[in-house]
Amino acid sequence: MRHRRAQTAPARRRTLTGLSPVLESALAGLLGLLVGVVVMAIYGYNPWAAIVALFSGAYGNAAGFANALAKATPLLLTALTFAICVRAGMFNIGAEGQLFMGTLAAVAVSLVTLPPGIGQIARLVLAMVVGALWSLVPALLKVTRGVSEVISTIMFNWIARWLALYLVLNILFDPLRAEKTISIPMSGRLPLLMGKTTLSVGFFVAIAFALVVYFVVWHTVVGYEIRAAGLNPTAAKYGGINSRRTMLLSFTLGGMAAGLAGACYVMGTPPTYSVFAGLPELTNLGFDGMAVAMVGRNHPIGIIFSAIFFGGLNAGGRAMQLRAGVPLDMVRVVNGTIVLAMAIPELIRILPMVKSGVRRMISSVRPRRGADSGDTPGDPDSSTSRGDATQEKERGA
Amino acid sequence: MNLSYFWMILILSLQAMVPLVLTAVGEIIGETAGLFNIGLEGILLMSAFTGVMGAQLGGPWVGLLTGMLTGGAISFIFSVITTRFKGSQMIAGIGINLFAIGFVAFGMAARGVSSLPQGKRLFAIQTPVGMGISPIVIVALVVPFIAYYFLKRTRAGLMLKAVGENPEAADVAGIDVLRVRLLATTFGGILAGLAGAYISVSWVGSMTKDISQGRGFIALATVVFSGLNPLLALVGGFIFGFFESLAVWIRNMPALKGIPTQFIAMAPYVVTLLVVAGAIGRVRFPKALGEPYKRE
Repeated sequence: MRHRRAQTAPARRRTLTGLSPVLESALAGLLGLLVGVVVMAIYGYNPWAAIVALFSGAYGNAAGFANALAKATPLLLTALTFAICVRAGMFNIGAEGQLFMGTLAAVAVSLVTLPPGIGQIARLVLAMVVGALWSLVPALLKVTRGVSEVISTIMFNWIARWLALYLVLNILFDPLRAEKTISIPMSGRLPLLMGKTTLSVGFFVAIAFALVVYFVVWHTVVGYEIRAAGLNPTAAKYGGINSRRTMLLSFTLGGMAAGLAGACYVMGTPPTYSVFAGLPELTNLGFDGMAVAMVGRNHPIGIIFSAIFFGGLNAGGRAMQLRAGVPLDMVRVVNGTIVLAMAIPELIRILPMVKSGVRRMISSVRPRRGADSGDTPGDPDSSTSRGDATQEKERGA
Repeated sequence: MNLSYFWMILILSLQAMVPLVLTAVGEIIGETAGLFNIGLEGILLMSAFTGVMGAQLGGPWVGLLTGMLTGGAISFIFSVITTRFKGSQMIAGIGINLFAIGFVAFGMAARGVSSLPQGKRLFAIQTPVGMGISPIVIVALVVPFIAYYFLKRTRAGLMLKAVGENPEAADVAGIDVLRVRLLATTFGGILAGLAGAYISVSWVGSMTKDISQGRGFIALATVVFSGLNPLLALVGGFIFGFFESLAVWIRNMPALKGIPTQFIAMAPYVVTLLVVAGAIGRVRFPKALGEPYKRE
C-alpha cells in the first residue's frame, strides 16, 4: 500500500502546484463552518438558521458590515503580532497580555487632561510603547536565557490579566460605576464613521499599521533579516545576521501592534469607551488573532482580508445569538477548527488522500469478511483510515 | 505557627500538583517520541468539561473515564495531523486550544453545566488532620515512577527515544516512526485527560469556563524543568503546586489581608517563569523534537 502511495504522490503534487493558497484558506474556512454545523446539530440547534443569521448579520446590510469592520480592527492588529513573529521564526502567543496592557495604558492617559488631537496621539503612542515593553521581557528571556517564548508569553498573559484586573478595580475605576474603568473623554476618542455602528477611525489606523508592517518586513534590510532568520536560522547566522536583534525587533513590532489593538478598541467603541471588570470584551482577542494570521498566511495584506472575514464571523455571531439563539462562543469553535485545518501543509492534498483512504478501507474490509484476517487495533493503517472515515463523515454531514 | 498549617499546605499542594504531574508525564512521553503538544491546555479544559458531563450521567468514575477518552481522542487527532499529514505541531496545538475555549464556553452556555452534587463527586480519603485527599493524588505519585521505569528500562521506552532522537535511524531499524509517535501522543493525551477530569470531578467539584487556568502551560514548563525525566516532573509539579496553594493559603491569612488578591494570584505564573529561566541550559531535548518526520 505504501509503495503505491509513494508512486502516485509526486504526480498528484504536480497537478496541484497551480492552486493558490487562497483556495486553501477558503477550504479551511469551509471546514471550520462544517464542524460548527455538526456541533450545533449535536446540541439541537438549527444550524441552517444559525448560518443564515450569521452571514446576513455580518454582510447583509451596511450597518452589519460596518460592525464587521469594527470587530476586525483589533483582530487585524493582534494577527500582525503573531504573523511578524512567525516570519521571524517564533511563536508569540502573548498578544493577549500585550493587548490588556495597551488598553489600560490608553485608559490611564485619561488621568491627565489633554487637548483633542494630542489626546488621541498620546494614547495610541503610549499603548504601543507599553505593548512593546510587555512583549520585550519574554523576548529578552529568550535571547539571554533561552526560555521558550511559548511558555513565557503565556505566563505573561496571565500576569497581565491579573495586573489588569487589579488596575481596573483599584486604580482606574469609575467613581460613579465601580464595575468599569473611567471612560475615555471626548478629546481622546477616535471619531465614529457611521451612525448606530461601532466602526471608528481605528479601522484605518489598523490598516495603516498593516501597510507599515508590510513595508518594514518586505522592503527594508531589517525586514529582510527578520524573514531570513525565520526561514533558515543557520543560513541567516552564516550570512552575518544577528538573530538576537531580529528576535527583539519582531517582538517589539508585534507588541506595538497588540498595544495599538487595545487602544483602538477602547478609544473607538461606544457607548462606554471603557473596560469592564473581568475584561469580557478583551478576553481572547489575542488568541483569535492567531487564527486570523494563519488564514491570512501571515502576510499583512492577506491578514487584512482574513480579519474582515473573522470580524464578520464575530459581528454576525451576535445576530446568530439573537435570532437563532446559538451562543456566541460557537464562533470560536469555528476559529479553532480553521486553525487545526491550517496546520496541515498543502491542505488541498488532503481531499484526494481522504478519498483514497476511504477507498482503501472499503476494499480492505470487503475481502476480509471471508478471510477473517487478524488486523490488530493498533495498526497504523487501520487506525488512520478510521480517522479519515470520521473526517469524511463530518464532511458529508 | 502550628503543625496543622503545615499539614494543610501539604495537602493543598498535593491536590494542586496532580494535574501538573499527570499532564507533564504524558507530555514527557510524547516529547520523548518527538511530538511537542502545546494543546495541553485545551485538552485539560475539554476533558474537565466532558468529565463533569460523564460524572453527571454515571458517577465520578464514568466522569474520569470520559475525561481520559476525550484527552486520548483529541491527542489522536493531533497526532494524525502532525504525523500522517506532516502538519505543524505548534499550529495544531494552538488550534486545539482555541477549539477547546470555544467548545467549552458554547457547551456551557447551551446546557448550563455547573457544580456536581456530592454523590457525583469523587470520594476523598479522610486524613487524620481533618482534610480529605483525592485518591488520584496516589495515582499521580505512582505514575511518574512507572513512566520512569518504562522510558529508561524497557525496550518500548528506548524505541520512543530512538524515534525522538533520530527518526531516520529508527525507521531504518524497522521501527514504524509514525505509529510510535501516534501511540505515544495518544497515551500522553489520556493522562492529560485524566488530569482534566480530576480538576472538575474530584478537586474542584464544578465546572467553569476557565477551569484550566493555564495549567497546561505550567505543565509544559514542568516538562522543561524536568528535562524529560518523569521523576523530576513529580518534583517540579510539586513545586508549582506548592506555590499555587500558597496563594490560596495566604488569601486566608488574616495577617496578610493587605496584599491585593490579584498579586497573590499572579505568583504561580511568576514562579513558573523564574524556575524555567533558571532550569534552561542544563536541559537537553530530543533532536527531532517538533519536526514532522518525512521519509526520503
